[in-house]
Amino acid sequence: MARTVIPFGPQHPVLPEPIHLKLELEDETVVGVTPIIGYVHRGIEKAAELNDFRQNVFVCERICGICSFIHSLTYCQGVEALMNVEVPPRARFLRVFWSELSRTHSHLLWLGLLADSMGFESLFMQIWRAREMILDISEMTAGHRIIQSTCIVGGVRRDIDKEMAKEVDKRLLAFKEMLDSTIAPVLLHDPTIKRRAVGKGMLSKEQAELLGAVGPTSRGSGVAIDIRQTGYAAYREVGFEPVVETAGDSYARTLVRAREVYQCVELMRKALSMMPEGEILVRVDGYPEGEAMSRTEQPRGELIYYLKGNGTNNLERLKIRTPTFANIPTLLVMLPGCEMADVPVITLSIDPCIACTER
Amino acid sequence: MPRMFPTIWKNLFSRPATRRYPFKDIREPFPGYRGKIYFDTNKCDLCGDCARVCPAEAIEVSLENRQIRYDPFKCIYCATCVQTCLQQAISQDKHYTTPAATKQTETINFPA
Repeated sequence: MARTVIPFGPQHPVLPEPIHLKLELEDETVVGVTPIIGYVHRGIEKAAELNDFRQNVFVCERICGICSFIHSLTYCQGVEALMNVEVPPRARFLRVFWSELSRTHSHLLWLGLLADSMGFESLFMQIWRAREMILDISEMTAGHRIIQSTCIVGGVRRDIDKEMAKEVDKRLLAFKEMLDSTIAPVLLHDPTIKRRAVGKGMLSKEQAELLGAVGPTSRGSGVAIDIRQTGYAAYREVGFEPVVETAGDSYARTLVRAREVYQCVELMRKALSMMPEGEILVRVDGYPEGEAMSRTEQPRGELIYYLKGNGTNNLERLKIRTPTFANIPTLLVMLPGCEMADVPVITLSIDPCIACTER
Repeated sequence: MPRMFPTIWKNLFSRPATRRYPFKDIREPFPGYRGKIYFDTNKCDLCGDCARVCPAEAIEVSLENRQIRYDPFKCIYCATCVQTCLQQAISQDKHYTTPAATKQTETINFPA
């Protein structure tokens, strides 16, 4: 049968990100795929070499609009490692809180987009309505809805007092109740979602390990890897177990993220209740010198920063490896064999963030 | 779909979750919201610390002309200047810059 090549993206109604997939089709079945990126390169790594190392926090924060706090946290951890700075315990707990807040709203955004890509508009609206509750908490604690800007080299800039912690706890419980009553039953039991996601975009455990998949994409295939297990910030004190599903299809990846939303709420409540009293910021003098690696778990997987300082106000090199870059190769295994109509859902199931990937 | 029925019934008889923005006011931001910055001409000593730390280079301080130029369209509302100012002369209000047809810089003149 003759092969047809269909361009999918970079502008496509269901894909919020500019990735171009060159799909080779035989009739309605995908037989080959070539992912092409390079539409939103902004030169952030170069910009970071020209800026003051303290100002870079705000540049790094703007690499990704959805997990902004985790980018600034990773950068700060790297600079702190270069300069041997010990972050106060209270700041480490606050960093866990805002990281999980970022993760919650990122996962909810993705769950909404998944529902939208299936044409399930009403669920999409309910999920984004729940997401507003999380964004309100972000505005209340950090001053902005998305770009928290609370993490700086040496600690955090804002504190959460007891009264606010109580209010946040109340709002988190209301959010959890909304998840239980409105969103979870549909995600777990609705036949339309199951028919579009179960058994679609299979990725076995061996393939996930071979292709170097990270985050919920690998955890949906039964690979229990999560950088939060290394106990950075205060994850060791808070206690953490990765969420793992073994089916390896789009539905398993959806379930991993849905269960992680519940886990995030628990981690946030734990971080607020276990937070010790004390300083939130230490003074940082001097300039970064030497090399350091910093690893954190983004909503999409493992984020790696490599920093090289030369004892001046500017960094000599900042290299960023984002999780989507590691997850794009898995599409080469997931997509061949599927129907053309399933391509949007399978592509979305790795949660592509191309703005992150290209920096 | 039947799983959505309770939500649909609830939504039929409840108020809309969204606000009709241009016709109705938006929700008041929470206390501590990082909005537009203001300079207190009585406290400021034109030292220029705010201009040096600003990641977006939105502030220009001129000691000779005794004036500060602030570009709200460059400002990223990070509040670094507010925390850096030793004189506590910079404050933030709850509002951000609304879209405009032409980008304008604000000039704050100081008495000689």
